[in-house]
Order: sequence, then structure tokens, then C-alpha cells
Amino acid sequence: MSSENTDLHHAEGGHGHEDTMTRGRIWKVFFILLAITCIEFFIALVLVPKGTVPLHVANPIYIILTLLKAFYIVAFFMHLKFERKGLVFSILVPILFIIGLILVLTNESHHWITLRM
Amino acid sequence: MSATVSQIDELKTTPWAGGRSPYNVEYGKMMMWFFLLSDAFTFSSLLIAYGALRFSAPTWPLPSLVFQSVPGTSIEHGAPLVFVGLMTFILIMSSVTMVLAVEAGHRNAKKEVVGWMIGTIIGGLMFLGCQALEWTHLHSEGFWWSAIPNAETLKEFFEGNVPLVQQQMTAHQFANLFFTITGFHGFHVFSGVIINIIITINVLAGTYEKRGSYLMVEKVGLYWHFVDLVWVFVFTFFYLV
Repeated sequence: MSSENTDLHHAEGGHGHEDTMTRGRIWKVFFILLAITCIEFFIALVLVPKGTVPLHVANPIYIILTLLKAFYIVAFFMHLKFERKGLVFSILVPILFIIGLILVLTNESHHWITLRM
Repeated sequence: MSATVSQIDELKTTPWAGGRSPYNVEYGKMMMWFFLLSDAFTFSSLLIAYGALRFSAPTWPLPSLVFQSVPGTSIEHGAPLVFVGLMTFILIMSSVTMVLAVEAGHRNAKKEVVGWMIGTIIGGLMFLGCQALEWTHLHSEGFWWSAIPNAETLKEFFEGNVPLVQQQMTAHQFANLFFTITGFHGFHVFSGVIINIIITINVLAGTYEKRGSYLMVEKVGLYWHFVDLVWVFVFTFFYLV
């Protein structure tokens, strides 16, 4: 078991060029995440209260920024960007089910509100 | 093994022919990924249910009014996002210390791994402490599972003239969803801290040094980043939107 781990480990680090997380990259990703969060705060604390950006515009922006943050966490911190394509697709394709549930339930909730009012 | 390669062995050279792991990833790490995928389904079901209930509600308690205090200080009003911003920063920071621990593990630098792991544990504990303060604060206002503040307090969380019945209905839904979802996330943080402590003890005991690889640190790292990932979504959908 232990020797197997080591072998895989070396094999993983061995192929390709600089395909792993260096300390420089880690901090770069951290500052990107921090910057995105700061942009979200700026929208929520300055732009929305001032009325520059209405809520129905701000909300999609929040969601896009959140997905961007999710990408950086999964791709770099969780190292998925540097894994084999097979593993990447095994993890990402099932996420489509979540999108399906979102579509079904948002559609359903529009129906519920007409029932309630 | 003979020196000549039989034809059957030769066939098994492509990744999907069964000759070697097509994922090129150790079994435990792959299983961690699949567990996290299932956990992602659980969290998204909770968050989507929250979204559906909120979409179908005529009104909703405004996040900028519900979360405008800084628990643990005397600031009670006018500081939305400050406290949760601190919590987000703590969690992202602890994610960074976690990757740094993984990176140190690649170099087999035991002392550095221990240092960064302890940093991660402290970050996790700080986050849990903040969450405890936040929950206590909401509880002191009257929020809890199936419990809402009195009409006088409730009024502060809505903008404009919302009928009391609607205020009470949506506040109930808000309270149940908030405590369930942040509670489930907090439970993940808590178990993550426990797992991190166990792994740190193993690192100190030299278990992974003997094994020749710090792959276990990577596996708990995956779990820890996932917890951070979920928080990114909870933060957006409960505090921003």
C-alpha cells in the first residue's frame, strides 16, 4: 500500500512541465479570491446602497463571481486542473444534475408563488 | 516474469484498457473526490430548496438588515457584511494554509507540514467561534429553528410595508433554512477540524514520513477546500443576494 502511494505520487509529479501548485501560485490564487470577495463587498456596500446598480443586476453578478471563486478553489486549491482528464470529467459531468434541479425548482417556484398570492 | 512480453500484456497499454489506473490517482484520493461529489449534491439540494422557497415567497427578510451587526462587539446596526466578511477571510486563509501544508508535504518537509496544519486548525476553530457568535446573536433576537422574533423586532428586517403574516411566514422559512444550512456547513467545518487534528498527530508521529508520502494530507486538504467552497456559496446566497 505504502509503496504504491509513493509510486503514484512520483508518477503524478513526473509527467509534464510545471503542472502543480508552487508557493507562488498558491498566493496568486489567494489574492485572486480575496480580490473577487472585495469586488462583491464593493457592489454590496457601495454600489447597491447608492443605487448605481439595481439588485436584479447585482444578483447575477454575485453568482458569476461566486462561480469564478468556485473555479479557482476547485481547479487550483483542489488541484483538479492538474489531474487526468478522465477524473476531471468524472467529477464535473455529474454536476449537470445540479443544474437540472435548479431549472426544475426555479420553474416550480414561479408556479408556487401564483398559488400563494 | 519472463523477458518476452506476451500479446495480452501488450494490449493493456492504453489508459482505459485496464493495464493501469486511468485516473492516475490513488484509490483513497479518488474516493474522497467521489464522496465530495455526493456531498456537493447534498449541499446543492439544500441551497436549491432555499432558492425555491425564497423565489416563491412574496417577500423575504433583507440580508443587509438581518446581518447588520458585529456579534461580540457593541456594533448593533449599520455594519452589514463586516462580520461575515471576516468569517470568509478566515476560511479562505485557512484554505491557503492547507494548500501550503500539501505543498510542504510534496517536499517531505515534516516541520512545515505540521506548522501549516496547525494554522489550518486554528483557522477552522476561529471560523467555528465566529459562527457560534453569529448564531447566539440571532438567537438573542428570537431566531431559532421554528422560532422567530416578536412583531416589533421582526419589523426591522423588512423594507417597506409588509403585512405581518407575510413577515412571520418568510421569517420562519428564513430561520429554518439559515440554521439548517449553516449548521450543516458548520458541522462539516467541525468534522474537518477533528480530521485535521488527527492527521496532524499522525504527521507528528512520523506515520507519513515512514510511508514516504504525505498523500493523506492531500486527501484531508480536498475535504477542507470543499468546506471552503460550500461557504463561498452559502455566503453569496444568504448574505449577498
